[in-house]
Amino acid sequence: MINPANNSQNPVALEMKGISKRFGPVQALLDVSLTLRTGTIHALVGENGAGKSTLMKILAGVYKGNTGLIQINGRTRVFDNPNQAITAGVSMIYQDLDLAEHLTVAQNVFLGSEPKALLPFSIDHKKMSRQTADLADKYDFDIAPDAVVANLSTGDCQVAEILKALARSATILVMDEPTSSLSEKETKRLFKIIKNLRAKGISIIYISHRLEEIIGLADDITILRDGRVVHHEVNAKLDIPKIVHHMVGRELTEFFPPRDVTMGDVRVAVENLSTNEVSDISFEIKAGEIVGMAGLVGAGRTEIARAVFGIDKKIRGSVKLNGEIVTITRPADAIKAGIAYLTEDRKRTGLCLQLPCAWNITLPSLDMVGSAGLLSLKKENKLAAGTAEQLAIKWTSPALPADSLSGGNQQKLLIARWLLTNARFMLFDEPTRGIDVGSKKEIYSLLNEFAAQRKAILFISSELPELLGVTDRILVMRRGKLVANLETKQTNQQEVMHLAAVEKNE
Amino acid sequence: MLPFASLILIIGILSALRPESFLTLDNFLNVFRRSSVYGIIAIGMTSVIISGGIDLSVGSMLAVCGMLGAATMTAIGGDNPHGGSLVLGSFAGIGTGIICGFLNGLLITKLKLQPFIVTLGTMSFFRGIALVMKDGQPINIAAYKYLGEGMILGIPVSIIIFAVIIVFAAFLLKYTRLGRYTYAIGSNREAAYHAGVNVNLNLVAIYTITGLMVGIAAMIATSRTVSAQPTAGLGAELDIIAAVVIGGASLSGGQGTITGTIVGTLLISFLRNGCTLLGISTNAQLIVIGCIIVLAVALDQLARSKSSELQQ
Repeated sequence: MINPANNSQNPVALEMKGISKRFGPVQALLDVSLTLRTGTIHALVGENGAGKSTLMKILAGVYKGNTGLIQINGRTRVFDNPNQAITAGVSMIYQDLDLAEHLTVAQNVFLGSEPKALLPFSIDHKKMSRQTADLADKYDFDIAPDAVVANLSTGDCQVAEILKALARSATILVMDEPTSSLSEKETKRLFKIIKNLRAKGISIIYISHRLEEIIGLADDITILRDGRVVHHEVNAKLDIPKIVHHMVGRELTEFFPPRDVTMGDVRVAVENLSTNEVSDISFEIKAGEIVGMAGLVGAGRTEIARAVFGIDKKIRGSVKLNGEIVTITRPADAIKAGIAYLTEDRKRTGLCLQLPCAWNITLPSLDMVGSAGLLSLKKENKLAAGTAEQLAIKWTSPALPADSLSGGNQQKLLIARWLLTNARFMLFDEPTRGIDVGSKKEIYSLLNEFAAQRKAILFISSELPELLGVTDRILVMRRGKLVANLETKQTNQQEVMHLAAVEKNE
Repeated sequence: MLPFASLILIIGILSALRPESFLTLDNFLNVFRRSSVYGIIAIGMTSVIISGGIDLSVGSMLAVCGMLGAATMTAIGGDNPHGGSLVLGSFAGIGTGIICGFLNGLLITKLKLQPFIVTLGTMSFFRGIALVMKDGQPINIAAYKYLGEGMILGIPVSIIIFAVIIVFAAFLLKYTRLGRYTYAIGSNREAAYHAGVNVNLNLVAIYTITGLMVGIAAMIATSRTVSAQPTAGLGAELDIIAAVVIGGASLSGGQGTITGTIVGTLLISFLRNGCTLLGISTNAQLIVIGCIIVLAVALDQLARSKSSELQQ
């Protein structure tokens, strides 16, 4: 069979031209263009935060671009909401599937456009099942229309989601990390389905961190970095090292503070740690050492931090501080043992946004603020102000709510919180996410300072340059396993990315 | 600020309309005395709502505490109890409140159920017990007058108790760890847990304290009518929640103050009092109060969103 995509004469299905998008001070996209040819698979790759999701959300009508235009089959379109995009034939299949669990496949497929029966407001269920079956047949999908979604595997749910899109006459499908929660078998099945769709003339934008998938699947490729297109190729003949090079090809500058620390003895030893998400994790961190942790989204980095801090249940394994095993079953235990955890999502799991800045800082340290359960507000404000000054937090008043601060200052509020607890082991999970460049730099310097105070630091990040710039060692996670323990000085972005993204053929 | 302004406004209007009957010390003491029962419960409810929860069972709990308190009095003191048996009975009623509140807290944290569901259930459960006890009949305690009618230096005892509880609760919320954790849990429960807060323990404490408040309020209510009514506090939870919300607390948690709640309670009380003085029937009062609740909260939110816009 001739792959129809090998014809570079394929008409253009979608053209995004000169798209720019700003969120406050952050330029998320700058002059990004993307051309999707009819009946092809177009890979969209880039590091976390490169702008892929933003671009796709603009296409789906979730965000509005500041500049640029979208043309579908040559006609310029403006989407004010997701429904308009769907009507124009653009359907998104998100990482977290968007199905009503207690309904059947057919009910989901026709949700909102159910075929009517004779009586007003009634639904012709037979017709709905039949049409779903017909649609599945047309694209060679194997799925029972009357199965309840809650009982389906993730792979089947994805098929249902694709059917839903096709039922709304989608001609352009966007798939965001579709294989991230699939087994190998299901992944193969999905690839077959995607190739079937291509053969029937559906155009697909495919987003994935798993580069080896892209090599086998994609016709064209667009690579984003820092909100700009850095490479674009039709009938791509890229190999993994080349893609990785484009993805990370940034030069390291003096952006990062110099590391000049003499390390002490082993402070933290995690041994054979297993949870539902990660298995058999062991590593050590010395006093004064900054250890980075790299890996793709879902590789299990956050899960390790959560298990160490007592949020997630440990199945096996232990955590030793200064050679002694510490029993941790909830965060309060971890804090008492001298561990701090700056969570990945400061708004959802870190801050009490409506409460005063000072309260947010002192929350885990109220025993320093008074005695016998009583609080001295004067002492509290003094403590909070002192820590805030140390970290150069810019606030008008410690009594104002935390959400009156900028993202960078909010993050520093949380760092101040853990500085006050005097932790010996600090876990930082994506501390620079969504904050401006200046604040990032300040946070790097703070990490350095903490290390100089003989604290042990685990620094989880999806941004390789900062990992390489700040850490002494880098641990690489892939699919719930620790796959590498590298000396930062002896590695580079390509190697780390390769270890994190590429499945080894054993 | 806005609830307080509305309170002043209502008092001003009523003073202008009925200066001779409204603007008297007797009438004001009367309003405060009437406010004390629901006001004390509203103080407990404030901490529950700040913690992001709700307690629908307070009205039924009021009845069950009164009934058990009065039943203890007659069990110890015979048909016409007085003296020590009244004191013991009062403590039994208050103890009942503590146990009921503790039960709510335990069910919410141990079964991981929503406070709305748990207290909806216990609302029915407590009312049932209050009704079953004497087959729906009240218990008369003719000598139990002190809490309802007693005076200290010319001030009704119930108002003094109310005032002491206000001060105690305001202190608790502002100057203790429990109070601080209450705000943190209501603002962001997960974040509070991650910061080492023992969320369950604090929630149980909050619901237990609310039970204690209901117990105290129940004994004042029993004393005012010199009888325990199994139908006491029917629908009280709604008035009480309304008072807390008018006072600026957010049903999504993390916000609220004791001062606000007191203002909210007084607002509703003065409104009722004013309607009566103006000759508006109790049935028609419901219409007025319903409108005021929605209006007050709507204005408050509007003012808040304006001020947060100004901040940014």
